[in-house]
Amino acid sequence: MVKFIMTRNDLIKKLQEMLKVYPQKDIAYAVKIMFDSMVEALKREERIEIRGFGNFTIRERKSRTGRNPKSGAEVKLEKRKVPFFKTGKELRLMVNNKK
Amino acid sequence: MTKIDIIQNVYEKLGFSKKESSDIVESVFDIIKDSLAQGDKVKISGFGNFVVKEKRARRGRNPQTGQEISITARRVLTFKSSQVLRKALNG
Repeated sequence: MVKFIMTRNDLIKKLQEMLKVYPQKDIAYAVKIMFDSMVEALKREERIEIRGFGNFTIRERKSRTGRNPKSGAEVKLEKRKVPFFKTGKELRLMVNNKK
Repeated sequence: MTKIDIIQNVYEKLGFSKKESSDIVESVFDIIKDSLAQGDKVKISGFGNFVVKEKRARRGRNPQTGQEISITARRVLTFKSSQVLRKALNG
């Protein structure tokens, strides 16, 4: 199966084709605002719920001592926050069904 | 934060109407969903990558009863956050 990669720019182009009557520049800007506002929400540790798509939440990772896999040197990893995505039911079924 | 809040953000910062803002936001998620349903990768710079992975069939166990069950081969969606996003969260 040939896998295509859809980038942020491809997404904007597709959106501009779909919504031809809208100012094209503003569509690109709207996409930026969308993802920026999601990043801001995650920074506030707010949960993002997109029905049919999925939820983004923040998980805390405890600090631990890790190792540089190349040099073997010990490194201290501080406690940190990582984003976590749980796929929504509709999207999970969409991804799994089409073979 | 829900889709409504994202639409509100787009509405407040651009000259689009509520309806247009809603169309844009809904379309973005629809486009991403359709691409993933086809097995494509979706890379949103500054946010993260959505990748569909093939999982092989395996023997599993019901954790409650301990009964063995067979898990069929399936495709699952994974999200890897971008380094930019992870840095922003820990800055």
